[in-house]
Amino acid sequence: MIDFLNSIIVLLNFIIIPGISYGSQLALGALGVTFVYAILRFANFAHGEIMSFGAMITILFTWFFQSQNIGLGILPTALLALPIGIIATIILCIISDKFVFQYYRYQKSVPVVLAMVSIGVMFVINAIIRIIIGTETIKFSDGQKFIMKAKQFKVMTGLNEGLALKSSQVITILITILLLTFTFWFLQKTKTGKSMRAFSDNEDLALLSGINPDRVVFTTWIIVGVLACVAGTLYGLDKSYKPIIYLNLVLPIFASAIVGGIGSPFGAVVGGYVIAFSEIMVTYAYKKFFVYLLPSSIEPTGLVQLLSTDYKFAVSFSILVIVLLIRPSGIFKGKVL
Amino acid sequence: MMKFERYEWLAISIMISLFIFVGFIQGWSVSLVILNMCIISAIMTMGVNISWGYAGVINFGVMGFLAMGGLAAVLVSYPPIAESWQVGGRGLGISFALLVVLVIAVMYINKTVIQKRNRYILNSLIIFFGILIIRHYYLNATNNIEDVNPAIAGFLGGLGLPIIFSWIVGGLFAAGVAFVIGKVALGLRSDYLAIVTLGISEIVVSVLKHEEWLSRGVKNVIGLKRPVPYEIDLQNADWFINLVTYLNSSKLNNIIDVSDRQQVLNNLIIDGSGIFVKLSYAILFLIVMLIIFYFANKAQLSPWGRMMRAIRDNETAANAMGKDVVKQHLIIFVIGAAIVGVAGAMLVTLDGLFTPSGYRPLRFTFIIWIMVIVGGSGNNLGAIFGGFVIWFSWIEAAPLTTFIINQLTVALEPTNALKLHLLDSVPYFRYLFMGLILLLILRYRPKGIIPEKVRHS
Repeated sequence: MIDFLNSIIVLLNFIIIPGISYGSQLALGALGVTFVYAILRFANFAHGEIMSFGAMITILFTWFFQSQNIGLGILPTALLALPIGIIATIILCIISDKFVFQYYRYQKSVPVVLAMVSIGVMFVINAIIRIIIGTETIKFSDGQKFIMKAKQFKVMTGLNEGLALKSSQVITILITILLLTFTFWFLQKTKTGKSMRAFSDNEDLALLSGINPDRVVFTTWIIVGVLACVAGTLYGLDKSYKPIIYLNLVLPIFASAIVGGIGSPFGAVVGGYVIAFSEIMVTYAYKKFFVYLLPSSIEPTGLVQLLSTDYKFAVSFSILVIVLLIRPSGIFKGKVL
Repeated sequence: MMKFERYEWLAISIMISLFIFVGFIQGWSVSLVILNMCIISAIMTMGVNISWGYAGVINFGVMGFLAMGGLAAVLVSYPPIAESWQVGGRGLGISFALLVVLVIAVMYINKTVIQKRNRYILNSLIIFFGILIIRHYYLNATNNIEDVNPAIAGFLGGLGLPIIFSWIVGGLFAAGVAFVIGKVALGLRSDYLAIVTLGISEIVVSVLKHEEWLSRGVKNVIGLKRPVPYEIDLQNADWFINLVTYLNSSKLNNIIDVSDRQQVLNNLIIDGSGIFVKLSYAILFLIVMLIIFYFANKAQLSPWGRMMRAIRDNETAANAMGKDVVKQHLIIFVIGAAIVGVAGAMLVTLDGLFTPSGYRPLRFTFIIWIMVIVGGSGNNLGAIFGGFVIWFSWIEAAPLTTFIINQLTVALEPTNALKLHLLDSVPYFRYLFMGLILLLILRYRPKGIIPEKVRHS
């Protein structure tokens, strides 16, 4: 029995909790990509950099607050700076729309052209970030680091295995729940949300029924800005902020959005968790788990690892490819908000 | 034979004069370094342009195909490591044979078992256990190989042939990978295809990064043999010394003192040997570029090229006329990738080293795409022009930015924090330039600087 509990704790500690928090970050990112795809109808390669930009502004204000000795006690100061980061990200999104994307929307350009344009935007934002904050790795989480340390847990329960709970993980999960609830409530219950759904379903019909496209697009960028900034900041808070990492994050995010069914917000969220869990589960060494579970005579000798951790990113792309081959529309048929 | 329009001659002369300008300002050595990379970039750009410009097939896997070309350079030119083959060759052979058996078994099952559910179950069972068995042999073999003298070897080595062969092999490698990708993914819509090819190129690079028995992974392969002479050999070769003396005879004759003259001659020989090596590279690359350019143009003007344009402009109509769109897409995707692979092998040849961790999508996929868009998709000269101009601005952005920042902040003190910060971030301004160039071109000249010629018959 004790062995069984121990093995469960191992799974919780190394797979489930990291999976949920990483999955939440991916889900928020994928939700942003899906919104752009459903309303503006293009694959936004700049999304990773938008996330990075939001995180950067948050970091800058975190530093400012820290220098002024303003803090939230046990909570990270970044939470206080997050609203400012969100506003800055929304402004960035709207500026990039006004000066860049709007033109092609009016021209009714094909999606590929818009994707190319988003690559240009990606380069520009990327440069701005690097010019402002450089390329160094930045740790900006402060306050209490752990809610529960592995040692405390061991003492508390008397088990062999510890269960560590980082405060950044809990914050990630709570904020994600909050934001997702709000987004879905907005889409289902408010008038603007409904008009967005109508617009994504059938643009011409929506226009005929008097929905103002500019307003829909404006709202979309606001939502995308909020989601991107929160996702970027949470990722930076949980791991550490590194400007170049966000470009690599774009692909798992796209993978999540497509696996779930691009254009479907619920699918994006599910896709985020699917990608996160498969990345972690495929590259985790299960030796410890089996040592607890199996009798010592048939204990595994190797690491019992499907793929080395070096292939973490490759896993998500492989899933993406497989899903596109078997079910190109994703788990939940995409296309409509 | 093709004829150039006046603005095309203008573009060509701009390209040439850029290098002459840099040659006089920053020295011929710098100019030739940039020129070599420009030529390689131009070849990559032509590769992408063939699939995108001719047929509208998007290829965001440039990085992966370049890396395959680089791998070819290592496998062709590095001398074989006998010890590695001894300890791991058999294991690798067995696991490869088992893999072939596995693939055949899966294909057999797909053919014979008709019921879908049974087929899935059987296939997954066979694949699962097959991979378990293969892993056993494979991991044993690769671990043994990686333990062979890890500081300098630890991989299988190559064939020890002249590296110039790898340019063809690199094309073949890339074509092979492209064939698999194309078979799998070409049915997708263009923006999905972009994401998938980008993802697969990341997988290719991560395999090269982590399969150390094959490519030495992040430990890098250095000291690949050159196709051109080494500087140190040139400096001791009589014919080269005579050549340098002859070329600079008037300058040397003016110096009367013998030891002074020897000193000057030595410096000239050292400088000259560097330039000679770079010039030989440039000539080799130029030959390859012109060959590819010739055939690419020939193909574009041929009936096949016309069919490709028809498919690009209206897939449904082309299909209705009896053209096999899927097959043609696959063909053109593979050809484009092969040319990129050739460029990848040339890139590693030029550097003399293979660094898998150096392959990043920003540098090796997106920049190439900017070259294609800026130069003009569907026009080979445009592709070359894009490759030259973008690589040139990529390199020259840093000195230019330094100059601009110094001018703008001339009123500030040299210790001013803002000025220092800006000067520190000079290397990042090139991304800004690239992004702005791309956005401006897409907005005001969406067909590129040298657009595709519309032909009326």
